[in-house]
Amino acid sequence: MKKHIYIYTLCLTVLFSSLSFAQQTPAPKQAETISIVGATAHIGNGQVIENAVIVFENGKIVRIGAAGSTQTTGKVIDAKGKHVYPGFIAPNSTLGLVEVDAVRATRDQNETGSINPHIRSLIAYNTESKVVESCRPNGILTAQITPRGGRVSGTSSVVQLDAWNWEDAAIKTDDGIHLNWPNNFTFGRWWLGEPRGLRPNKNYSKQTQEIQDLFNDAKSYLNGAKKAKHLPFEAMSGLMNGSQKLFVHVDTEKGILDAIAFAKKNNLKLVVVGGYHAHKVATTLRQNNIPVLLHRTHSVPQMDDEDYDLSYKKAKILTDAGVLVGLENSGQMERMNTRNLPFLAGTVAAHGLDKEKALQLITSNTAKILGIDNQLGTLEVGKDATLFISEGDALDMRTNILTYAFIQGRMLSLDTHQTKLWKRYMNKFEGK
Amino acid sequence: MKKSYLLLLLFLCSLPTFAQDYFPKNDGVKTEKHTITAFTNAKIYITPTQVIENGTLLIQDGKVLQSGTNISIPKSATVVDLAGKSIYPSFIDPFSDFGLKKPARKGNWRSAPQYDAGREGYYWNDHIRPDTNPLTTFAFDAKKATNLMKAGFGTVNTHLQDGIVRGNGMLVALNSKEDNSIRILDNRSAQYLSYRKSNASGQSYPTSLMGSMALIRQMYHDADWYAKGKAKRQDLALEALNNNKNLVQIFHSGNKHNSIKTDAIGDEFGIQYVLVGDGTEYENINAMKATNAAFIIPINFPKAYDVSDPYAAGVVELEAMKHWNQAPSNPKALADKGVTFSFTMHDVKSAADFKSNLLKAIKYGLDKTKALEALTTIPAKILQQEDKIGTLQNGRQANFLITSGDIFEKKTVIYENWVQGNQNVFKDKSLRDIRGKYAFNVAGTSYDVNISGIPEKLKAEVLKDSLKLGSKISFKDDWLQLQFTTADTTKTEFVRLTSPIHNATFFSGKAILANGSETTFNATQKEVSESKGDKTGNGKKMEAPKMLPISYPNGAYGSRTLPQQETILFKNATVWTNEKDGILKNTDVLVKDGKIARIGKNLSAGNAKVIDATGKHLTSGVIDEHSHIAAFAINEAGHNSTAEVQMSDVVNPEDVDIYRNLAGGVTTIQLLHGSANPIGGRSAILRLKWGRTADEMLFKNADGFIKFALGENVKQSNWGDTETTRFPQTRMGVEQVFTDYFQRAKEYEAQKKTGNYRYDIEMETILEIINSKRFVSCHSYVQSEINMLMKVADKFGFTINTFTHILEGYKVADKMKQHGAGGSTFSDWWAYKYEVNDAIPYNGAIMHSQGVVVAFNSDDGEMSRRLNQEAAKAVKYGGVSEEDAWKFVTLNPAKLLHIDDKVGSIKNGKQADLVLWTDHPMSIYAKADKTMIEGTIYFDLSRDEQLRRQIKEERNELMNMMLLEKNKGMKTQTAQKKEKVHHHCDTVNF
Repeated sequence: MKKHIYIYTLCLTVLFSSLSFAQQTPAPKQAETISIVGATAHIGNGQVIENAVIVFENGKIVRIGAAGSTQTTGKVIDAKGKHVYPGFIAPNSTLGLVEVDAVRATRDQNETGSINPHIRSLIAYNTESKVVESCRPNGILTAQITPRGGRVSGTSSVVQLDAWNWEDAAIKTDDGIHLNWPNNFTFGRWWLGEPRGLRPNKNYSKQTQEIQDLFNDAKSYLNGAKKAKHLPFEAMSGLMNGSQKLFVHVDTEKGILDAIAFAKKNNLKLVVVGGYHAHKVATTLRQNNIPVLLHRTHSVPQMDDEDYDLSYKKAKILTDAGVLVGLENSGQMERMNTRNLPFLAGTVAAHGLDKEKALQLITSNTAKILGIDNQLGTLEVGKDATLFISEGDALDMRTNILTYAFIQGRMLSLDTHQTKLWKRYMNKFEGK
Repeated sequence: MKKSYLLLLLFLCSLPTFAQDYFPKNDGVKTEKHTITAFTNAKIYITPTQVIENGTLLIQDGKVLQSGTNISIPKSATVVDLAGKSIYPSFIDPFSDFGLKKPARKGNWRSAPQYDAGREGYYWNDHIRPDTNPLTTFAFDAKKATNLMKAGFGTVNTHLQDGIVRGNGMLVALNSKEDNSIRILDNRSAQYLSYRKSNASGQSYPTSLMGSMALIRQMYHDADWYAKGKAKRQDLALEALNNNKNLVQIFHSGNKHNSIKTDAIGDEFGIQYVLVGDGTEYENINAMKATNAAFIIPINFPKAYDVSDPYAAGVVELEAMKHWNQAPSNPKALADKGVTFSFTMHDVKSAADFKSNLLKAIKYGLDKTKALEALTTIPAKILQQEDKIGTLQNGRQANFLITSGDIFEKKTVIYENWVQGNQNVFKDKSLRDIRGKYAFNVAGTSYDVNISGIPEKLKAEVLKDSLKLGSKISFKDDWLQLQFTTADTTKTEFVRLTSPIHNATFFSGKAILANGSETTFNATQKEVSESKGDKTGNGKKMEAPKMLPISYPNGAYGSRTLPQQETILFKNATVWTNEKDGILKNTDVLVKDGKIARIGKNLSAGNAKVIDATGKHLTSGVIDEHSHIAAFAINEAGHNSTAEVQMSDVVNPEDVDIYRNLAGGVTTIQLLHGSANPIGGRSAILRLKWGRTADEMLFKNADGFIKFALGENVKQSNWGDTETTRFPQTRMGVEQVFTDYFQRAKEYEAQKKTGNYRYDIEMETILEIINSKRFVSCHSYVQSEINMLMKVADKFGFTINTFTHILEGYKVADKMKQHGAGGSTFSDWWAYKYEVNDAIPYNGAIMHSQGVVVAFNSDDGEMSRRLNQEAAKAVKYGGVSEEDAWKFVTLNPAKLLHIDDKVGSIKNGKQADLVLWTDHPMSIYAKADKTMIEGTIYFDLSRDEQLRRQIKEERNELMNMMLLEKNKGMKTQTAQKKEKVHHHCDTVNF
């Protein structure tokens, strides 16, 4: 019976049946061992195996190697001429927190208040989101769900994108806390009669001092008697004991340097998020082993004077300097745009970075930065079978066409609300 | 003696002399006086070009009686000897708000918008205020008058700087000694216009620059119609406008682009405006000259940016730094080009700033005579008041300056500014310079005294046998007071000296010694101070910094010389023809005279420049059907129909996104109005000829288009809680808006045929649509509204040319095909609004499959530069063939814009808008190597490298200059960056 359902699901995937309703049903646990044979395997760590065999059972990769020298087991998927990739990871994402940008009732990403470490993204993550399912056919199978707003936005969690509920979805619960570093520039509040434009922020040092005060107070609380529970400070204990990372959202050169100094002084595990000017402080980042989740490469330069391709090539500059870089996609229409993450990496390759290194920007590097590299990010034995097969180069729009995708060995439906509409109307026009 | 006489004169002048001779008098006897004053032995600038040495100026009753040499001085005259001094006519500011207060802003952004006019009996738009009469609110501002006089001004033409049409101005002498009956020289002098709305009304329309322009055009049509007596009601604003018709029309255009546009509007209605600019005219001096307009320009140059903090310095754009470096050359550039211009104090903070900027302009090469003309005769001429002001010829107002010398020298001081024969003293012109070294003898004791400092504030150093004594000096009205301590340092006791000085070489006076005994002293001058004169101010010489060359545009990535058309042979390319030949390998393409001359194998180069395209792909240029880059404004949101506005009025040819689009292979865009209303504005089809003017970028001989919009944006769904009153608020209402306007246009057409009608730009435009002379690109999302608009169009007998966005087009693709509409959609956008819930990336493929002409557009200045890759999404989502998918961003948008006979494919005879790609054009790995428009290469990877180096070098050079400026003690401004607005469909600014 189980096998029967399995095959049925497979049929659905391949035929894009128009019979299903609402969100795709999460795939059942991997029951049968699967071997993918003949594909070019992009390991995600820079390596490539041509004509590869990848075997996974119970949701884990058990064997990987060249065809001929690697034994196949169970169901064999012939993927000759195709490409296999580890599932792409979207960090600093609000997937599932907002469904329709313009509809307030669907917006759950930004809690009121400024210091919100106790606010947890995971519990608002909507596994039924149509936007979430639309990411999977492009190879995005994991995401770090991150709250927005305030000085301390809250706590993120890493999820996989095929789940019944948020508990089901969680890969790493409460992986880090997100802090928006003050900008050392401010925009003139023209509606109050100030001149428009960017100018130095006079309150910058006061604002950074407030962050230090917050951490001092939290430390003092956590080391004290805790007479009355303080929820925000309680939520910061992971930062203090090193079990959680501090994701500092910061763009300016000075801001990044100050954030690094702050993290060192307070003994925190820092990740720079955004990092518009990170390339200018690459050496300091490398010396301090600070990784960067770099802003979307598909963005225009902030300054007229900057190179037109600055955003395209920044990840290469950082990588060449020895900084660990992942790509993130926050900004306008970020949720629906998450499915273009592979092309953000492709653009970096177009502008000089080796293609396999560009792939790492959305796989192994991100896994390392999020602390899930023991489980995800590469096609290596012992890791989750979270991977997919593409007709061609998955970093290029022309050839990012998925035939199969798996999360922890579970074969996903690649159907979506959108493919269903496609089929429905094509059938109408073709008189079916 | 002379001095006391002058003091008396001063005293007399300060008496109230208001009364007209026919006014009753109850405070004494009649005291009329008609004193003649003669200023003799001065260098007199009767006009900037008629300068006389040892001249005489006779004034009486506030006017020049006579000026020149060999003038016999009447016996009754009071003579003022001005030997060594100069007289200039005082300055005129033709663009002033002196004595007039702008009203406080009405309404606020939280309250519901006001769509109708607030005034009854006036024009339908409150911002048209030609009826404004400044006389009713004018209040002479003595303090401001003093500041202006200190700067050298004697007369201003003041107006209420509020509103689009601001009413007439008023010529006022800065005469604080007499009343309005004397000082107002003309109470109807020039009419003023601008593009800024009035504070006095909260009426929404216009919300944009192009709306203001359209409003002004319609206003002129309406005024004409009103003058013919066709209006049924009274309109006091139009009456006033017609009444002001013969006044000089002074238009505050605001910048060089608007100046060109404003002059063109004037041409439409036979008006030659005087243009008030912003000091950037030098950047496009030929276009300024071509307007034939006189200019009024602020003499307001930016201060250097404080770049000492490298992080802060990082935000200052090259454009801003270059402007700092080049702006002082603006007056010279205008003068060299033969443009008539006047200066204004508008936007200038202080008299000191005015003078230092003026001197700077001269350092940058402005001829002094031209400078003086720009301050005197030209403003007088502009205002048509030459018979009253601007020179010291007989009969003119006695408005003049007495200076120590050449007014355009730093050390020169303005002693006095006479306005209408009334003296205003700023520095004592008879103050003797006693600086020098002296030997003092006080009751037998010798002291060495060195007097230095500036004449108005002297310093003294008193030495007794090389012991320095504490001292204090003052010199006023020819009386010296000097006190110093005694040599006995244990005591605090003083020696006091006082004496008149008539001759500094030797003088004597009274001394009071430390013990209180009175005696005499005498002093002998041993040495006259050498550094006479140039000790005022900060004492530092202002060096004209090296001026960087102007580029087009004059900021980042501008070229110093514009690229030119070339004859080019692309050798051995993979050519995507978009024609039945398909994709040709190893093919050559010859470009000549801006056109594709030949396509074939092994073509001979002749004298063509050969570009080796081996391994590269040559395609026609990318065309973006829906773009909002290169614009100063996007939405006129003040009305639900704004067919009267046109995007060609607000093209910003200097938007760096043009360059970035070229770097993405884009050659042509449709600059669309936004989606704030069902009937939007007319679009502009632009070729991205970076460095050229807005008009040069317009696609020649192209059909006209207009933006329509449906759905959430036009019903203001996401505009906030206050925006709930404008019709329509539902999709049901949207249909009625269209029906109503089309119906009215039909009725307008019928009326027009009778010949008796009010010319209505909006109706004319809608009529063009109905008569298929102008074509619609309609922002649309859900199937119901798409279907609706096609039905409405059918009813009125025309076709909707293009549905843009059209995200549910796939649901009605068959109906679109039947109607004949094309679809210009996003490759994969969705989920940002409720109405895009069913938007799918397969949309393009489905519409294409049903025979609809499909394009992918950007609506986004970032995505537009990657449209080549977006095309590949039609391959990914829905399996469109690569050849067809490529047409989604080239030939198909050309078809939708009716320019496919000129561009969109590679075919003999078509215009050479081409892109050479480093790779398969739809691959993510492809970069545009060269982008060509009409045979001119506007983007080239290797030239880009060179421009980057140039930017780096220029930034560095300018930073160094600014650091130097700061170290010299000059004032700087905080490092900052202009805010750049990235426009989308729903961007409302202004």
